[in-house]
Amino acid sequence: MSPHPANPVDALKDELKSAYDHNPNDAHDTDDHHHQDEAAKVTLGFWIYLMSDCLIFATLFATFAVLKDATAGGPNGRELFDLSFVAFETALLLLSSLTFGLSMISMQANKLKGTIGWLAVTGLLGLGFMGMEIYEFNHLIHEGAGPDRSAFLSAFFTLVGTHGLHVTSGLVWMGVMFVHLFRRGLTPANRIRMMELSLFWHFLDIIWIGVFSIVYLMGAA
Amino acid sequence: MHIPDKPTLHKAKDPHTELADHHAVDHLKKDDHGHDHGASHGSVKSYLIGFALSVILTAIPFALTMMKVLPSQMLVPVILILGVVQILVHLHYFLHMDTSSSQVWNNAAFVFTAIILGILIIGTIWVMTHLNHNMHPGMMAGGMG
Repeated sequence: MSPHPANPVDALKDELKSAYDHNPNDAHDTDDHHHQDEAAKVTLGFWIYLMSDCLIFATLFATFAVLKDATAGGPNGRELFDLSFVAFETALLLLSSLTFGLSMISMQANKLKGTIGWLAVTGLLGLGFMGMEIYEFNHLIHEGAGPDRSAFLSAFFTLVGTHGLHVTSGLVWMGVMFVHLFRRGLTPANRIRMMELSLFWHFLDIIWIGVFSIVYLMGAA
Repeated sequence: MHIPDKPTLHKAKDPHTELADHHAVDHLKKDDHGHDHGASHGSVKSYLIGFALSVILTAIPFALTMMKVLPSQMLVPVILILGVVQILVHLHYFLHMDTSSSQVWNNAAFVFTAIILGILIIGTIWVMTHLNHNMHPGMMAGGMG
C-alpha cells in the first residue's frame, strides 16, 4: 500500500524526492522497492558502459600486440621496463581494490565514517599509482623512449596512458563522491553512485591485469 | 494553510504511515544480504579471499619472469593463463558477478562483449601476422621495424 499524502501534488513531490536524493533515515522513506529498481537499472546501464569501455581497451591491446616488435631499431620492452617497479604499481592498485571493497562494506553497514575513510585510503593508493606511472612516463621520455620513438612505444603509451586517464577520472569521481557523502550522507542516490564507482574502480584493476601480463611480463619474457 | 515542506507536517503521520515505515526499515535491513540491486554485495571475508588469490596469481608470473626460470615459449602461456584466472577471480570476488536471475542482463552484455573481444583481439593478431609474413617474404613477422 502506498502511504502517499492524499494531495496528488504532494504525492508527486514525494515520489520525485524519493527517486533522487533523500535520506532513508529521515523517517518518511517508504518506497525502497523503487530505489532497488532504480539501482538495478542504473547498474545495468553502467555495466553496459563498462563493457563498451572494455572494447576500447580491446582495440588498444590488439594494436599493441601487432606493434610490439616494431621497435624501429629503438629499445624494446625487455630493455626498458623495470619489473619490480611494475610489481609495486600492481600492489598499489590491488590494495586499492581491497580498500574500496571495505568502503562498500562500511556503506552496507550504514557507517558513513568508515565509507569515507576507506574511500580516502583508496584514493591515496590510486594517487600513488598515478604518481608512479607519471614518473615512469617522464623517465622513458627523458631516456629518448617517448611515444615518437617507435610504433611499439606509440602503442605502449596509448594503451598504458588510456588506462592512466581512466584511473585519473576515477580519482576525480572520488573527489566528487566525497562532496556528495559529506553533504548528504548515505542517501539512496549516493549508494547508487558508490556502487557504480566501485564497479568502475574494480574494472580498472581488471584492465591492469591485462596491462601487466601482456605489456610488461610478456615484454620481458 | 497547507505548507507541505514544513518538517513538522511530515512528522504528523497517521498510524498507517508509521506502520509502513517500520516495514520499510525492516525490509532495508533484510536487503543488506539480498541480491536485488542488479549487483550483489560481498563480505569482508569474500574480499579478503579475492585479495589473497589475486596476490598469489600476481606474484607467481612476476616471480617466474624476474627469475627467468622458464623458457619464453612456456612462460608466455603461463602468464596468459594466470592473467585470465585472476580476471575471473576479480569478476567473482570484487565485481560480484554471479548467475542470479537479477544479473541475467549484465551477464548477457558480458558474454556479448567477451565474444567481440575474442574476435577483435585474436582476429587482429591472426590477420596482421599473416599480412606481415606475406608482405615481407623471407623476413620474420614483425621484423620490419
